[in-house]
Amino acid sequence: MTADAVQTGRSIGLLRRTYRRSPPAIIGGGLLLVLAVAAVAAPWLTPYAPETMDFNAPLAGPSASHPFGTDNFGRDVLSRVLHGYRVSLAVAIGSVAMALVVAIPLGLVAGYYQRWLDNVIMRPMDVIMAFPAIVLVVAMAGFFGQGLVLMMLALAIVYVPIIVRVMRGAALGVAGELFVEGARARGASDLRIMVRHVLPNAITPVFVQASVLMGIAILLEAALSFIGLGVEPPTPSLGLMLAEGRSFMGRAPWLVIAPGLAIVLAVLGFNLLGNGLPALSGPRRGR
Amino acid sequence: MPLTQFVVRRLILLLPVLVGMSIVVFLLMRLVPGDPASVILGLRATPQGLAVIRDQLGLDLPITQQYLHWVGNLLQGDLGQDYRSNIPVTTLLADRLPVTIELTLLALVLALVIAIPLGVRAGVRQRGLADKGAMTLGLLGISIPDFWLGIMLILALSLGLGLFPSSGFVPLSDGLFANLRSLFLPALTLAVGLSAVLVRVTRAAVAEVQERDFVRFLQAKGLRQRAIVYRHVLRNAGIPIVTVIGLQFGYLLGGAVIVEEVFSLPGVGRLIVSSTLERNYPVVQAGMLVIALMFILVNLATDILYAVLNPKIRDAYR
Amino acid sequence: MSLLDVRGLTTEFRTEQGWRPAVSDVSFTLDPGEILGLVGESGCGKSTAAYSVMKLLGANARIAAGEAWLGGENLLAMDDNALRKLRGDRLSMIFQDPATALDPAITVGEQVMETVREHLGLDRRAARARALELFRQVGISDPERRLSAYPHQFSGGMAQRIALAIAISCNPEMLIADEPTTALDVTIQAQILRLIKTLLVTERRSAVLLITHDLGVVAQICDRVAVMYAGRIVEVGDVRSVFADPLHPYTRALLDALPTHEVARGALATIEGRVPGLTDRPSGCSFHPRCPHARPVCATELPPRVRPSPGREVSCVLHTADG
Repeated sequence: MTADAVQTGRSIGLLRRTYRRSPPAIIGGGLLLVLAVAAVAAPWLTPYAPETMDFNAPLAGPSASHPFGTDNFGRDVLSRVLHGYRVSLAVAIGSVAMALVVAIPLGLVAGYYQRWLDNVIMRPMDVIMAFPAIVLVVAMAGFFGQGLVLMMLALAIVYVPIIVRVMRGAALGVAGELFVEGARARGASDLRIMVRHVLPNAITPVFVQASVLMGIAILLEAALSFIGLGVEPPTPSLGLMLAEGRSFMGRAPWLVIAPGLAIVLAVLGFNLLGNGLPALSGPRRGR
Repeated sequence: MPLTQFVVRRLILLLPVLVGMSIVVFLLMRLVPGDPASVILGLRATPQGLAVIRDQLGLDLPITQQYLHWVGNLLQGDLGQDYRSNIPVTTLLADRLPVTIELTLLALVLALVIAIPLGVRAGVRQRGLADKGAMTLGLLGISIPDFWLGIMLILALSLGLGLFPSSGFVPLSDGLFANLRSLFLPALTLAVGLSAVLVRVTRAAVAEVQERDFVRFLQAKGLRQRAIVYRHVLRNAGIPIVTVIGLQFGYLLGGAVIVEEVFSLPGVGRLIVSSTLERNYPVVQAGMLVIALMFILVNLATDILYAVLNPKIRDAYR
Repeated sequence: MSLLDVRGLTTEFRTEQGWRPAVSDVSFTLDPGEILGLVGESGCGKSTAAYSVMKLLGANARIAAGEAWLGGENLLAMDDNALRKLRGDRLSMIFQDPATALDPAITVGEQVMETVREHLGLDRRAARARALELFRQVGISDPERRLSAYPHQFSGGMAQRIALAIAISCNPEMLIADEPTTALDVTIQAQILRLIKTLLVTERRSAVLLITHDLGVVAQICDRVAVMYAGRIVEVGDVRSVFADPLHPYTRALLDALPTHEVARGALATIEGRVPGLTDRPSGCSFHPRCPHARPVCATELPPRVRPSPGREVSCVLHTADG
């Protein structure tokens, strides 16, 4: 056997073991991988560009050349869905990444030091969480303007308190453990204890939450674009496609079915992944 | 009465959040790029108009005084005016609020009707048929966008079968049946997501309570399974369930924003969306405040219900 | 005729290696007005044996063989609903930890009343009157007020009295008491034991199956005792003669571990070795690895059950004809 084959065999073995430990994580992760690859490879997967109009074939039903049909401008729905995924995934990853960067240190500090620092950090979080996410995001779009980056920013603002809460709760639990006491007794600095001992042992619920929030980001992006406060045409966003397709849904139901199913698949992927993650992270302890 | 004391204490704890909320809503307006007065008037801005708005908002004052001025008006029930129609925002909200409240309450009832029996069955007998149904609902319900579900329901039940109107609202004064019929699809749309969360929590809570010692004693007492499950287990499981309902009410209110748009219902959510699209800021601000206030009040009610359900908590406030 | 006659009871648990017996071929009888102590270390199957009689087992357990006759009926062959009607009525039970045995969300009065309403068909007022009377019987002062209190407002001893009130509410023919005093203070223990004896035996001529790991408790109130080890009953006899002259080496070890033979308290001190788990039960006599008198045959063959004198039973080769 060649080294490559051995390597492949090992990878398959690892995959199989992982699947046995947590089927949802592998199904969800696999689903997302397929969708992400399809989004990236969209130009090669379909012969049509998302903006190319074909006035000879408006509202054409699903066929071999247009598997998901065409819209009122004769644009290929499959191509638009795949390009829509680019926007969805960009918003999902961008917003959650931004939120994580801010929220992890805040939550860690709040959970580790507790007392007044905890209050200083958590009370403002309560205030943001007093608004339903969509209301805040809609308002921010209204006040500060629309567009991809602004939307990511708005979502990140909504997400920060959610992640801070999870991080804080997990850090609070870990901070009381013996190995943290031990590190303190050995004279480790607070920063070192937080980064080396508390964070690695408290991060799993944060990743779970992050996965779920990415799914919600896809939902919120679609919702916002649907009501006209998200990305603007002609950018192919799944929510925008739904809004445009609504007017024709009696005649061309595929216009609302395809993008909707596409959203469901992606969100399902993130939710499955989030559900499956805890089973994968065995008990880990800092030294 | 101990419960009054409990409520008072919770209200005091709410004050900082209320203040914080008002600051956020106030700041949104002041952080808008450009001069708020010209933003409000947009293309219709005239020097006189701008001066009137500046004076109304107290824009020449320091920012803290502007805030106090604004909160002062707020407390007197003055939420400003719709700058297009000059109708007081309070009047607008008073028209729209009942629709949103009815929609969310109906959705809550539907969600409970769907989720509680299913979740209880799933929790009592894990790995059974009900459990599989509960798991499926729990996963799909949170993965399906509510506005798309709404569209699909319209496609199937309104356009397809003609069972329900596809949009519009029939007020209660035109008859209860017509009213409920106009709200059924939107409420169902909203309910699915909530019931997904509820069914998971119910299942987990019931399964946990089911394992407790007192359940075995109830069996040893020879009570019927139904009595054990619905009288004892569900009551004990009710504490986490009620907590989640409170937390998820925000989801209902948020969902209402989109669902009202899909079904063209004249509620607060649609008012917020249309005002946002028109950059009609005072209306957006007022709408946000009202929604957040409802959310907070529901959470307060949840806390009280929580205390009623849990005698130990109630005693802590004796 | 005996009130309860358990024959050849075998109950199995699901383990990673398949179904394994937690209780093997257990037989005992119980007469009206009698208190039988079922003793053994934790994990010996004594609680499982008792729960099997009431068919109160979890999904991971099953009764593989045996009969349990109460009057003319085999409890183990009854359908679920008929057995449910029996529970709490003719056959009742109290548990180890009174603090967790009552529903924390409902007043204790309701919990007494629902039992008598279910079995005796009383209306609310009659049920309340019955609950008051029961509270007085178990020695709860100010019963009117206490009826509307919640379980957490009672001490462990008081909560056990309430559980006992519920258990006797329908005048059962038999009570199964699973370590009823283990979670309580020593002084309270004695009160509860006395109460069980008075309410069940003296006033109702009911039988009590008392499950305990504490030979001191057995000495205090039991008439007879059955000693269990690794799922089997190894010795049965009246308390006085078993304590005076234990026949099985395990019984002797248990008694030797007591501070003195008369002292009415104290948990078992440890015996050399450990109690085997469900999946590693030794062959032959399960006790042989720990037994000072073990012979080669003990490792291969199950010791026969013998009756050396009237009313006494032992399963050990030391007491067979050639032993």
